[in-house]
Amino acid sequence: MSTLHLRYFARLREQFGLDAEPLGIPAVPYTVADVIELLIARGGVWAEELGGPRVFRVAVDQEMASPETLVHDGAEVAIFPPVTGG
Amino acid sequence: MTCRIKIAVQHDDFDLAAEEAELCIGDHGVGATASFVGRVRGDGDNVTDPLLALELEHYPGMTENTLTALAEQAADRWPLSGVTVIHRVGRLIPGERIVLVLTASAHRQAALTACEFLIDALKTDAPFWKCEERAHGKHWVEAKTSDANVRARWGEHG
Repeated sequence: MSTLHLRYFARLREQFGLDAEPLGIPAVPYTVADVIELLIARGGVWAEELGGPRVFRVAVDQEMASPETLVHDGAEVAIFPPVTGG
Repeated sequence: MTCRIKIAVQHDDFDLAAEEAELCIGDHGVGATASFVGRVRGDGDNVTDPLLALELEHYPGMTENTLTALAEQAADRWPLSGVTVIHRVGRLIPGERIVLVLTASAHRQAALTACEFLIDALKTDAPFWKCEERAHGKHWVEAKTSDANVRARWGEHG
């Protein structure tokens, strides 16, 4: 078992009702897409936000990631809406 | 060419004149500075539910790293002697300054072009989120396709 440090920002933080949580994953090669599948399986607002047409972004260890990006034990995985600064 | 880079994410307001002076101290090779200041735009008087404030959230650490990386990209691409980027976070009301991009160079073209690149890239790449506060409630601002299109003009890596 490996542990990821998940973080949520902006609308997703509010929808999920938390800004961070640890997530246990199997100690096998595991991608961002696998993490998202695990969260979608929770159903409810998780499936709504991550499993539907709504657009979101993922960063691994504070670098923008793609669905194929591998995560490792202890990685910080952040999920957030498209950015709107400036 | 070495380029001074200053990045700040803060609630406090900034002073354009002071920042411009600081970017040029001791460097008489600077022939041009260019700046962009973004402000919270109000809705005017003819709106039933006008904007009261913007609440700006960011991703501490990643936001500063992204802004630094963008400043370094600009310095690689144009002959700059200095870049300052200051972005405010927290609750800001209409009329308040949000963001400063400041560039210094020997000549105007590099300063102007790099300044435009930096604000375009910041809007699509740096993790900030705006939440609008109105009398009838709060809602998160959606990202604009037009911002992504403007960003695309500059290429994938600046």
